[in-house]
Amino acid sequence: METLLQQIVNGLVVGSVYALVALGYTMVYGILGLINFAHGDVLMVGALVSLQVVLFVQKTWPALGAFPTLLIALVSAMAVCMAMGYIIERTAYRRLRNAPRLAPLITAIGVSFLLQTLAMIIWGRNYHSFPQLIDTTPLQPIAGVFITPVQIIILLSSACLMTGLILLVTRTKLGRAMRATAENHRVASLMGVDTNKIIATTFVLGSALAAIAGVMFSTNYGVAHYAMGFIPGIKAFTAAVLGGIGNLGGAMVGGIVLGLVESIGAGYLGSMTDLCNLPVWAQTANLQETCSNGGSFELLSSNYQDIFAFVILGIVLIFRPTGLMGERVSDRA
Amino acid sequence: MNELAEAVPWLGSRNPKAARAFVLALMLIAPLIAVMAGNTWVRILDFALLYVMLALGLNLVVGFAGLLDLGYIAFYAVGAYTWAFLASPHFGLHLPFWMVLPLGAFFAAIAGLILGAPVLRLRGDYLAIVTLGFGEIVRIFMNNLNHPINITNGPQGINMLDSLHLFGWDISRNLQITESFRINSLVLYYYVFLLFVVGSVYVIRRLQVSRIGRGWAAIRDDELAAKAIGINTRNMKLLAFSMGATFGGVAGGLFGAFQGFVSPESFSLMESIAVLTMVVFGGMGNLGGVIVGAVALSLLPELLRSFALPVQEAIFGHVLLDPEVLRMLLLSLAMILMMLLRPAGLLPAHARYSKPELATAGKGKA
Repeated sequence: METLLQQIVNGLVVGSVYALVALGYTMVYGILGLINFAHGDVLMVGALVSLQVVLFVQKTWPALGAFPTLLIALVSAMAVCMAMGYIIERTAYRRLRNAPRLAPLITAIGVSFLLQTLAMIIWGRNYHSFPQLIDTTPLQPIAGVFITPVQIIILLSSACLMTGLILLVTRTKLGRAMRATAENHRVASLMGVDTNKIIATTFVLGSALAAIAGVMFSTNYGVAHYAMGFIPGIKAFTAAVLGGIGNLGGAMVGGIVLGLVESIGAGYLGSMTDLCNLPVWAQTANLQETCSNGGSFELLSSNYQDIFAFVILGIVLIFRPTGLMGERVSDRA
Repeated sequence: MNELAEAVPWLGSRNPKAARAFVLALMLIAPLIAVMAGNTWVRILDFALLYVMLALGLNLVVGFAGLLDLGYIAFYAVGAYTWAFLASPHFGLHLPFWMVLPLGAFFAAIAGLILGAPVLRLRGDYLAIVTLGFGEIVRIFMNNLNHPINITNGPQGINMLDSLHLFGWDISRNLQITESFRINSLVLYYYVFLLFVVGSVYVIRRLQVSRIGRGWAAIRDDELAAKAIGINTRNMKLLAFSMGATFGGVAGGLFGAFQGFVSPESFSLMESIAVLTMVVFGGMGNLGGVIVGAVALSLLPELLRSFALPVQEAIFGHVLLDPEVLRMLLLSLAMILMMLLRPAGLLPAHARYSKPELATAGKGKA
């Protein structure tokens, strides 16, 4: 039971990071109908830029506390990523807005690999350890569950960000323009919405969220790497599809659900597929020896954790392409 | 062949016959020129031919049937691992190539069906993501199937694979014809691969102009209309996936035999993307274009490697960009710039078999 609670807490933390990234995917998809393949790599750039800034600040003003340092790093990472999001949209995607469907997708893949390569040139191939600015030692366990200050901060700040975004989209003039553009951008532009500006803004917003998620990711795990964006990117996309792509609330729910499934699944995958737990198999001659010594015969170990996202993605797309909360149909794709 | 000949600058349009002869001669003597520059270059040519096979297979799926597959390298992996299981000391099996290669192709085709069946309803970008996931799943399994029973030997991979034996004759050894004259094994591999490529081109060409190929083109251009005129879209799509996979499987088997070593590292997403870039760069749906794309994008990084490194040494005093980085840079830029500037590729497909523009089912939003 304690393991389960612990996995739920871990899942919530990871899930809220996925949700932040998923929001970026879903906003862009809602407005352009484009899977922004490079979104995960924006996260990576955010993490690496903030790492660089943290190291710089620590060297020049060592007296500055942990929080101000992290804040400076976060803001600069967001600035860099927002600028990058704008440039990517402007140079790579805008010209292809009316092109056949495959063209922007292939360009997006190209942009993703270009960002990775550039990051590899700047930061090298090695894993960088991210300074532990916030305490990562667990607090006093509550009901047997360990939670670290970093995790608490991640949960709180992503909750704030998501609420902020929802308010922005539902309550402001900009949000209304975004929704109108997503509905039909030709009509929106006839109604006086500057759709180009709105689309650029969407990219910038999404990139800022990805930058924050990148900083969260690397403070939580303590590493940054040029290829770190791929797996979270794919998972966040899965989360967006799971929740119903184009739907903001769906992306959040999808992210949390995916985080939970993944961490609970990874916690139990080993023992679930342990043949020693199945009486029928455990009796067979080959296994008796292994099992009787308290050993195990796990068909799938937690190494397979990353498969969950792909399997969920496949199942959702095949059986319920509109996702949990979506109303859009995949046939548009 | 005709498309390749037409692609020869200047000569192609003026004297097709001469152009054809030129292409043929170039294909035949390429390794003999390369061998003068060193064995590495012959090796590079051999790999270029493998990439040509892969690109041809992927083109079948993407270019002909319009199904964007980002996990294509998984079929290559299936072929290579089949070779590794059935012809290496790993399981102590040493079956001859004429059994292993078809089996590899067969398993790859099955894998194609396994991928194809669930994704039939998906199109465009969703399809791309799911196939990408499929490729990653295959790679994760290759990496982790060394426990509890060792099947794939995990990240270390399997080595000491049998080389290609043709009628009891090992082509990984240099062929000694007379005392002083011998043919390099890499050159031999080149000709063997060339035979396979020519065979594939022939088969694919026949497929393209057959009822099946026209069915694929119809599905690519408008799936609903294709269905309405009585094309069995389900079977056609499955066929496209498994046919494409078959070529990947054969290329994978040859890769295993040639390299003598397989590991999950060779089958990363980057390779899938590289093959896709070759198809896109050369011209989706056009056999000549795909071949040119594959050859160009597998030779260019190597040329860069041999020229850019000394130049960097001279200018910066040390190597700033290593060859792998250069390759990625080149591929990603090729992909972006091609889509922005010339979306139909270097040699666009003929209008007779396909739409001149980059053909897809959707018409874009709005």
